[in-house]
Amino acid sequence: MTGETMGSSPPIIEARGVSKHFAGVAALEDVSLQVGAGEVVCLLGDNGAGKSTLIKLLSGVHEPSRGQLLVDGVPVRFREPRDARSAGISTVHQYGGTVPLMSIARNFFLGAELTKGSGPFRRLDLDRMNAIALSEICSLGVRRVTDAARPIGTLSGGQRQAVAICRATYFGARLLILDEPTSALGVREATTVLRLIAEVRARGVGVILITHNAHHALSIGDRFSVLSHGRIAASFDRGERSASDVVNLMAGGVELASLEQAPEPFPRTASA
Amino acid sequence: MGPMDTNNEGAVRLAAAADRSRIALILSRLMRHPEFGALVGTLAVFAFFAVATAGNGFLAWRGVTGWLNVAAELGIVAVPVALLMIGGELDLSIGSVIGATSVLIATASGLYGVPLWISIALAITLGVGVGLFNGVLTIRTGLPSFIITLVSMLALAGSALGMARLLAGTPNVSLKVEGPLRAVFAGRWQQANVSILWWAAVSLAAAWVLFRTTFGNWVLATGGDARSAREAGIRTDRVKIVLFILTALAAVLVGIIQTMAFNGGEATRGQVYVFNSIIASVIGGVLLQGGYGSPIGVAFGAATFGIVNVGIFYTGWNSDWAQLLLGLLLLAAVLANNLFRRAALSA
Ligand SMILES: Nc1ncnc2c1ncn2[C@@H]1O[C@H](COP(=O)(O)OP(=O)(O)O)[C@@H](O)[C@H]1O
Ligand SMILES: [Mg+2]
Repeated sequence: MTGETMGSSPPIIEARGVSKHFAGVAALEDVSLQVGAGEVVCLLGDNGAGKSTLIKLLSGVHEPSRGQLLVDGVPVRFREPRDARSAGISTVHQYGGTVPLMSIARNFFLGAELTKGSGPFRRLDLDRMNAIALSEICSLGVRRVTDAARPIGTLSGGQRQAVAICRATYFGARLLILDEPTSALGVREATTVLRLIAEVRARGVGVILITHNAHHALSIGDRFSVLSHGRIAASFDRGERSASDVVNLMAGGVELASLEQAPEPFPRTASA
Repeated sequence: MGPMDTNNEGAVRLAAAADRSRIALILSRLMRHPEFGALVGTLAVFAFFAVATAGNGFLAWRGVTGWLNVAAELGIVAVPVALLMIGGELDLSIGSVIGATSVLIATASGLYGVPLWISIALAITLGVGVGLFNGVLTIRTGLPSFIITLVSMLALAGSALGMARLLAGTPNVSLKVEGPLRAVFAGRWQQANVSILWWAAVSLAAAWVLFRTTFGNWVLATGGDARSAREAGIRTDRVKIVLFILTALAAVLVGIIQTMAFNGGEATRGQVYVFNSIIASVIGGVLLQGGYGSPIGVAFGAATFGIVNVGIFYTGWNSDWAQLLLGLLLLAAVLANNLFRRAALSA
């Protein structure tokens, strides 16, 4: 259980009654969410429900129209993604935000390169970058990567995400936001990524996981929030709902249930 | 071959497989080096002309310095242009910068007696200005750099020609330079131009920057996947502006070299470099989509260009065939580059 940590220290991040309007249209309306250390919060909901908009507020891509963000219980304003990143909030996108033709190590240290020497002779410390990248990736249990000098594009989608997650935690991410990390992956790959999320959680990192897959969510999530039409439609803890409940909730609940009860057969013959 | 038992045979087969996989490994390693294909191309073209011109002097000092001189002046601009292409942008204005530089220096120093080092400083300022204009406008408008630099190419070529006619009454302004500055920019030793040293220096410096510095890492990322680069905190717009300034400065350098070598400035000189530098880059292994390439490869690309253009002369064939050959080389290079890229990603 994760309740203990919640009681003693404030959540890493909290959205308090946030709304976001795009040209007058509400993408999010009065949404609240908390993520504590060592906790996986799954964000569920249909397409267009507002999941991506919510994480864009949390990662500094947009600013909320109304409401408040708090980091460690302190109100903050993120003017750009850089602000969120320096608060320890790191977002990993579907393809891990990596550059395919660059090496694993160059990707790992992109924007935070290691150098040696000084003045005009200051240069990349490729040996150290390769060694650290490789040992970090292995320490999180991704064993099939053996050479950090290889182009990252030679890795599978799941491995690339794994590298991106390792990178984020290595550079001190306290909250990891993953927007549909498993949606483009096969079963084994998805399992690798889910196991990695568990490993990261065990190290005390908070995780927000967006997914369309109720089984993935239930296998890893500690708490769940279902968004529907920009509002929180349901929030519950691990073990409180069954998989089919969750599927129903994600699809908008009532409509799916009524559809199932009244399976009006479509006409099979032309009506002429 | 002696008799073998089955065990032995298996061992031999295993060893052969290991050999094959080692060859595959070495090949895939080589393919990770974008200059590998360019080197093969240069050697092949050189071998072709060495045979085709058998004994006509292509292999003599005169022939060698001939193509080296052509390759050098092209390489000086092609290498920075390649860096810009690796960063994901194009620059069509370099030809106009070469022409404008030569007109500026020849007019200022030849016509008005301005000290040469001041004219050179003015030309460098012009280069930085054009690079800034190209870079800032490309980023602010979000338009393709192809269009933006086409605009600056036309505007600059027009003004240079207009200024030359207005001030000197002719598009060709003469200027005779002697002394140390001539030695630095247009020195000659037994038919070999000092620009060959500039070419080598520019290529090595660019390779160092691209593969061994933080900025180079940002260039590769900017051209490879700008979104990922920005997510990693890289200011891709600044990276591009710096690259635009570098191409313009390289064009200024060629402009200075030509002004001194040809004893004067000419507004329309330099336009051939616009497409030739792109040709050298692509033959040198630079991916048109950006994100992949090597300055050393582009130096080989420029060498190939020089060998073809000078080699044709030694065959005694009509020089029109050089264009055809370059076209075919370009096609082969584009196909090979994409193949290499795929190989690098599947190794
Ligand atoms: N930048 C934007 N401008 C205008 N409307 C937007 C923008 N981003 C999202 N929306 C709208 O907000 C709603 C929620 O979108 P989104 O957060 O992407 O949903 P989800 O990620 O749950 O599929 C959608 O109706 C979408 O059209
Ligand atoms: Mg979304």
